Amino acid sequence: MCLAIPAKVIMIEGSIAKVDMMGNERVVSIDLVPEVGIGEYVLVHAGFAISVIDDESAKETEELLLEVANAYEEGE
Amino acid sequence: MLMKRGSKESAAKAGILLAEIESLGQSPFTIMEVCGTHTVAIAKNAIRELLPKSIRLVSGPGCPVCVTSNGDIDRYLYLAAQKNVITATFGDMIRVPGTEKNLQELRAEGADIRVVYSTQDALELARQNPDKEVVFLGIGFETTVPTVAVSLEIAKREAIKNYSVLSMHKVVPPVLKLLAEDEQLLVDAFLDPGHVCSIIGIEPIKFMAEDYGKPGVVTGFEALDILEGIAMLLRQRAEGRSDIEIQYQRVAKPEGNPQAKMFIERVFERIDASWRGIGIIPQSGLGIRADYSPWDAARKFSLPVFQSRETPGCRCGDVLRGVIYPTQCPLFAEYCTPMKPIGPCMVSTEGSCAAYHRYAQRSVD
Ligand code: SF4
Repeated sequence: MCLAIPAKVIMIEGSIAKVDMMGNERVVSIDLVPEVGIGEYVLVHAGFAISVIDDESAKETEELLLEVANAYEEGE
Repeated sequence: MLMKRGSKESAAKAGILLAEIESLGQSPFTIMEVCGTHTVAIAKNAIRELLPKSIRLVSGPGCPVCVTSNGDIDRYLYLAAQKNVITATFGDMIRVPGTEKNLQELRAEGADIRVVYSTQDALELARQNPDKEVVFLGIGFETTVPTVAVSLEIAKREAIKNYSVLSMHKVVPPVLKLLAEDEQLLVDAFLDPGHVCSIIGIEPIKFMAEDYGKPGVVTGFEALDILEGIAMLLRQRAEGRSDIEIQYQRVAKPEGNPQAKMFIERVFERIDASWRGIGIIPQSGLGIRADYSPWDAARKFSLPVFQSRETPGCRCGDVLRGVIYPTQCPLFAEYCTPMKPIGPCMVSTEGSCAAYHRYAQRSVD
């Protein structure tokens, strides 16, 4: 029930945003993340954006894991 | 790109994490995944089968539908049967059995029951049906609660008089405390719920590590997230630490979501609540504050109190506390299936019994 899906914000009007959710356009409420800007990713649960996804830390985790992966492959 | 990972890269990463888990996980370690969404992800990705035998994963009380007591279910069924009431609910609740029937059967008898995707839809129903009472069934943890709080705020602001919420919401920290104190349950560490913590942050669950010596990692929901969460817990054990850490950093911040917390605080107050199979847990539920009483279905309608009782033979309560695996319930699969569920742990798609059944899991012990 706590399932949430990432989506990209494409338009904001008051407390409503239009988002791209895996290729589909959806309208969600942004009352819980008023700081969100166009182009940012949010996590959507039950029609509400509940969190702004931190693209930087997503990338960092990604890079860190990739580094380890490369080291691991080289070591093989 | 965010979230998209090449399958080759993912396989390499999974291999590294599994190698680490293998080397750190040689002595017995029991991890509880608190959240129903984790239970489903673990079953779907067959993660139990990938782990060394010494590492046990048990499911916890993190499916809001499953922990709703029979007394609460009978109460909302009574309300849904009233003339002039439109019941708005998330789809998960439709087939959950009460003492005599479920919402689907009530609908077949003529009750007006609508499945909504969000509380905004429920508000819209109220706007469009001014001569009807629209009641939203408030079930869920801290992830869902702020979305309900916003709807009550809007109802108050716009004076939408025919909208109300029957709040059966629950919060996670008190049940964690109970699990930490449960002597039947031998859990060493917790995979903490990523989305609940994206709202409340880690402060409210720090006591688990600090006072009870139960480390936790706030974990995301992809297979790699879960493997990393398990590896992080094992690293803590190897280093002799007990902390609450965040694996799911791209979403969950240590401080949570301040705006969402503010909405919860403004609209709801802590009350004692009854959990299926567990009983009353003090201060574990959320009631609607007096300021919002015109929108509180429990105050608006006179509802009888129904006794909570367990479905005979159903061991949902033990499953929810991680004391048994679903497969250890004598009714599992033979008498109780997703098509003909006996208990809510089999009805809800996030229930442990349903997850085990769907992905044909075996208990690993
Ligand atoms: S298998 Fe069915 S009867 Fe047994 S605990 Fe699960 S829901 Fe209850």
